[in-house]
Amino acid sequence: MIIIGSILVGLLYASALYLLMARSSVKLIFGLLLIGHAANLLIFSAGGWIRAQPPIVSPDASAPSPGHADPLPQALILTAIVISFSVLAFASVLVRRACHVFGTDEIVNEGDQP
Amino acid sequence: MIGTLPVLPILIPLLTACCSLLLIRQRRAQRCVALIGALALLVASVFLAARVWHNGTQVIHVGGWDAPVGIVFVADLFAVVMVVVAAVIHLAVSVYTLGHSNPADERHGYFVAQNILLLGVCGAFLTGDLFNLYVWFEVMLIGSFVLLVMGGGRKRMQAGIRYVTLSLLSSAMFLAGVGLLYGIAHTLNMADLSQRLALVNTEHPWLVTAASGLLLVSFGIKAAVFPLYFWLPASYHTARPATSAIFAGLLTKVGVYALIRVFATVIPYSPYIFHILLFIAGLTMLMGVWGAVSQSGFRRVLGFHIISQIGYMVMGLALLTSDDPQLRQLGIVASIFYIVHHIIVKTNLFLIGGIVRHLTGTEDLSRLGGMLKHAPWLAILFAIPAMSLAGLPPLSGFWAKLTMIKAGFATGQYLLTTIAIVAGLLTLVSMLKLWNEVFWKPAPENMGTDTPEGVITPAIQSPRRLALLAAPCGVLALLTVAIGLHPQALLTIADQAAAGILDRSAYVQQVLPHVQAEVTRGITNESEDLR
Repeated sequence: MIIIGSILVGLLYASALYLLMARSSVKLIFGLLLIGHAANLLIFSAGGWIRAQPPIVSPDASAPSPGHADPLPQALILTAIVISFSVLAFASVLVRRACHVFGTDEIVNEGDQP
Repeated sequence: MIGTLPVLPILIPLLTACCSLLLIRQRRAQRCVALIGALALLVASVFLAARVWHNGTQVIHVGGWDAPVGIVFVADLFAVVMVVVAAVIHLAVSVYTLGHSNPADERHGYFVAQNILLLGVCGAFLTGDLFNLYVWFEVMLIGSFVLLVMGGGRKRMQAGIRYVTLSLLSSAMFLAGVGLLYGIAHTLNMADLSQRLALVNTEHPWLVTAASGLLLVSFGIKAAVFPLYFWLPASYHTARPATSAIFAGLLTKVGVYALIRVFATVIPYSPYIFHILLFIAGLTMLMGVWGAVSQSGFRRVLGFHIISQIGYMVMGLALLTSDDPQLRQLGIVASIFYIVHHIIVKTNLFLIGGIVRHLTGTEDLSRLGGMLKHAPWLAILFAIPAMSLAGLPPLSGFWAKLTMIKAGFATGQYLLTTIAIVAGLLTLVSMLKLWNEVFWKPAPENMGTDTPEGVITPAIQSPRRLALLAAPCGVLALLTVAIGLHPQALLTIADQAAAGILDRSAYVQQVLPHVQAEVTRGITNESEDLR
């Protein structure tokens, strides 16, 4: 399972970086989307790809039962998803405005003179 | 009230941002709120700093959960010094904005974005949790994105897309690094991490080095060090003057702060990483100043200077390669002194660049000139921070460079220190170039015409607006002079702060007073799991 996971994370990173290097700004957005997913899956792997009990404390106990899954990576991923969602929303609007201004979806590299 | 003091620098910008958002249609009210908020932040951070100075590090456990389970805010001396400087800059830029901004920007939420930016910056300084640091970085980035592209136009769009992409890439790397560290150590609390990583490091040093390498690249992008600095000169000069001033003062320095905090306090010392840092420091100093000498726009020159100065700050951190604990501390002292000096001076120079643009309508050096005759007061205002940046006595830059060079020679890094001296000389050369082009040479005939964008109209030069623009510059210049005339005060503070950064066991003791024994017991089991 961990091997499939690592290959998946690697593939996601590779495709994200490939898309980020494209000239098209729409591909750029997809690249940013994928790199966020790759990082999230990596955090998920940090919690371990295992079958385990849900980390719920039963009413008559003070600690979750032994062999429970680590809930923290999932909380981290949830936070990271929310953040990357909002940032991507901003990036999409920015790219749309830029397409409007430049009349093309390519990232324009006109001379850098002030 | 006293108990919540460490989170006030986070709450005040948040509250100010909310109020500005509610008052977004009322220009006057919004400006009042922004000023009050900036003042309140300064007062709160000075109080916090005084408390930390007298009573030691202040720790807040958010939500009543003890560390390392809950998130903590740790106000140690290094953090509060940074918060105070950030608050000073925030106030200066807020006042400056009153004289400079146009009504449309304020209707589009200029003050909201600036306060969100400050929220992220203060949060990043005060947090004691690695994932929380990531969250504050994102908060800061959102604010900076909005500020950077405010006003629109081709150049800002271009710069905006580059900056957003690079920032998000850096955040993704940070996130990956955090994930790996959690996988290794099963904690994200900085104090807890520092203990557990030290244990893991004895058995699997490569695991820790791999994860910290990701953090190094991520913070490197944010701090704009060689070879990851290219986004900075491409974006800073396009923003509004007040915006680029606050970016120049705070954004990259948050990256440097994170580098120092994480690599000096949290991650176990790795010769591999720190030797990379030595190279990075030298090359950053050289490449930055090289770029500055070859540029022809006022704020473009200043943008490259930021990079070269970041090199000095990283150099102080890289001096941790030394074996002598006293010399290690000296390097960090020099870094802290340099950061404080740099934030004040650099913001000031960017603000003055804005005034020049305000008066003439351009910042292209070939179309400027004669400002010494036209506005002698501005020449004096410019001369003080410019000479301070170049490191002339008796200004703050002289002491900053002197401390750094002393530390460099004492630790035996002769090549790096020579590079620092050469970079200092080249800084002087390019500051003289700015002085010659803008103030000294006679005004060219086409001076005062518009920029290529064609949007700058010759500004209304009412004395009231000019006073609002010049006052913050004057105060910042006075601060530079004050630090220069009495460097001992800041040096003492920096010394204490550096001692706090390097004394890991004291840091852990302050953040985790109860659980220390348990953690050490638990770790032996976990390191067996790893195998």
